This record gives sequence, structure tokens and C-alpha cells, in this order.
Amino acid sequence: MSLFSIFNVAGSGMAAQSLRLNTVASNLANADSVATTPDAAYRAREPLFAAVKSRLDGSDAPGEGVQVLGVTESQAAIPSRYEPGNPLADADGYVYSSNVNPVDELVNMISASRSYQNNVEVMNSTRQLMQKTLDLGK
Amino acid sequence: MSLTTDNLFGIHTQALDLWQRRTEVLANNLANADTPGYLARDIDFRKVLADASGGAGGLPLQTTAAGQIGTAGPVADGALAYRVPTQPSMDGNTVDAQAEQAAFAANGVHYQASLSFITAQIRMLRTAITGGQG
Repeated sequence: MSLFSIFNVAGSGMAAQSLRLNTVASNLANADSVATTPDAAYRAREPLFAAVKSRLDGSDAPGEGVQVLGVTESQAAIPSRYEPGNPLADADGYVYSSNVNPVDELVNMISASRSYQNNVEVMNSTRQLMQKTLDLGK
Repeated sequence: MSLTTDNLFGIHTQALDLWQRRTEVLANNLANADTPGYLARDIDFRKVLADASGGAGGLPLQTTAAGQIGTAGPVADGALAYRVPTQPSMDGNTVDAQAEQAAFAANGVHYQASLSFITAQIRMLRTAITGGQG
């Protein structure tokens, strides 16, 4: 355990948040995508975070950062629209759009970027503390 | 005066160790600010100080032979506690980013204070060695 491990902790936080920003970008980009069937429609994606435990036996330890367990797809209902003129429309004239909620995504984006900045600050402060420690006794 | 670092720097080396450990704990809290079910943690400085100085927490165990496990570690694990949330969220996460940031900043200042104490001791020693001519 040393100040060096904080770089790993903050780094894992930054990696997790950037992946979250990535899913937000993907969701917003596909917000207006349509498909012929509900199964093929784009579903909003969201990463699943979990804390990394430094000791496997679950004893009292502060842990070592955050990990991304995977990316889940939203189970919200897929909205359908009646658009007979759309080339992607099915036999009944319906297209199925994505279940992305743009408001949710924007909130997610702000939260992710703030958390990312927090981790950057942690890294900067730690770097300064290490520099001061190196200058000890001068 | 024997020249062991303990006598020289007093409690400041242990304090430095503690602030460093606390930096790590707080960095963990901030990294897990969006993890569902994550419980924010912190180190109680007063408790560690009491343990280190053999105060209210009782006397530390002495190790008389190699291989024995003493209680006087850099930070007793029991000092690592869970933070009481002021605004708990629905996903069970108890990290309050602002509180953690404030604690992290304060912790950095404490760390630097301990460093300054140690630096002052080193300066004093250097003055004694060189007779004030260095």
C-alpha cells in the first residue's frame, strides 16, 4: 500500500467513467435509430460498476478501485410508430425506434464527466503529495 | 538521544503513514462514487492516535519473538469505519462526492503538515551537525 496505488484507484475510476461516457455517446447517437422488428431495435446501454476488493476473503480492507462488470441493455418498452412510407416499415407499416431517453442520457453524461474530473483531481493531488515527499529534507 | 527515526521524528512518521492510508481510502470512495451498493469508508484519526499512544484503547500487545503478531500496525484495521450517509441514494451508494472531496483536500493539507514537521526536524539536525555553517 502506498501513494502509488492511488494512481491505480483513480485510474480505474477514470476508465470506468470514460466507458460510461462512451455508452452515453452511443445511446445519444442511436436515439433516433429505427428497426423493422422490436428485437432488432436499439436498446439503451448502461455500464454496471462494482467495487474491487483487495482481499479475496472479504476482510476489512479499503479495496482497490472500481471495475466494470459489463454493459447492460435497458429493458424498457420499445416504442413503435406508424410510418408506412419508411423503407424499414414492417408489413403493417410500423417501425420500431430505440428506447433511449435523451434526458436520462444527458443527466448520465453530466454525472460521468463530474466523476471523471473528481478522479483527475485525486490524481493531481496525489502527484503533488508524492513530489513533496520526494523533496523531504530540502 | 539515540538516532532512531522514532525518537527523531516522533509521531510524525506514523501520522504520515496514516494520512497516506487515508488518502487511499478517500480515493477509493471517489472512484466508486457511482457504484451501486458501495459504502463509503473513512479512517478515524482520533481512534488511531489513541491506539498508537496506548491511550483509552488499552495497551498494545508486545511481540517478544519473531513470527508473533503484534497489534501495533501502522493502522489498525478496526479504525477503518463506514461513513454515516447524510443523503443516502436509492442504489445503496453512500458516497457524497462533495464531502469526500473536502475530506481529501483536508487530508492533503494534514499530510503536508506532517511533512513540514519532519523537514523541520531534519533542518534542526543539519544545523546541529554543521554548527549553523551549512
